[in-house]
Amino acid sequence: MNWNSASEFFSMGGYGVYVWGSYAVTAVLLVIEPLLAAQRRRRAVERAREAAAAESQPGAPQ
Amino acid sequence: MADSIPWFVFAAPSRFYRLAAALEPWLWAIAAALAAAGLYIGFFVAPTDATQGDAYRIIFIHVPAAWMSMLVYLAMASWAAVGWLLNARMASILARALAPTGAIFTFIALWTGALWGRPTWGAWWVWDARLTSELILLFLYLGFIALVASIDDVRRGDKAGALLAIIGAVNIPIIYFSVRWWNTLHQGATINLTTAPKMASTMLTAMLLMTLSFWAYAFAISFSRARAEVIERESRTDWVRQLLAGGDRREP
Repeated sequence: MNWNSASEFFSMGGYGVYVWGSYAVTAVLLVIEPLLAAQRRRRAVERAREAAAAESQPGAPQ
Repeated sequence: MADSIPWFVFAAPSRFYRLAAALEPWLWAIAAALAAAGLYIGFFVAPTDATQGDAYRIIFIHVPAAWMSMLVYLAMASWAAVGWLLNARMASILARALAPTGAIFTFIALWTGALWGRPTWGAWWVWDARLTSELILLFLYLGFIALVASIDDVRRGDKAGALLAIIGAVNIPIIYFSVRWWNTLHQGATINLTTAPKMASTMLTAMLLMTLSFWAYAFAISFSRARAEVIERESRTDWVRQLLAGGDRREP
């Protein structure tokens, strides 16, 4: 075990700002990216459903 | 007669969509599990470095992200080329799906590099060959994304993007060999195929686990984005209509 306490862990031997600054930005990006991709797919599905529904209306232009 | 060759089975967007949808949850789970193991070893098992102190722990994301930034580019350029030369829609979709992920890994490599460079070199940024060529890689990704998005005709956009991606691929060996070809402030390769790694085995284990995690992540996110792109492009086809008509309303 490298750390005797939580504060020692968070200070990272004085390099806390650099280490946690790196990990925090990486974590945020790698969490947001999949959420945005999933949102994009949901929107695409919604639009495709709406288009299909509009076309199946009687008298709708083909 | 591409249809008679079994490898081309998943070149059909409909088949790709179903395969990707089935694999995705596993890939996310694998990425998360490998990251948990890698971070545990990286922070709790790997010792403090004798010369760099704990600042070196940035390596566990910096090096995997930098590797992925180059690998994803090669994958993107290859798919773009296949999509262009063989007129394969699914390959072009995969190229587009990979671009944002590559850009993000490139940004992470640059960002963590800056935060590592400051305490160890005394500078956030230097215009040395490694850093500059990696920055150019970020611009290549952003250029590809902007170019394909700016062309309304989807297949023409795919072709223009392929041309840019293929020409830009010349930058990848420049990045990789920059630390050998030029005198750079950036250190040489920590890992290569011909010599023993210059780091403790626990450090190496953590770094490799994070690399595998990033691999799984890259597959999962590119599948996810490719599925969105498939629906957008194929929304008028019968198979998408059938997919949307049946089953779960939210997540086909």
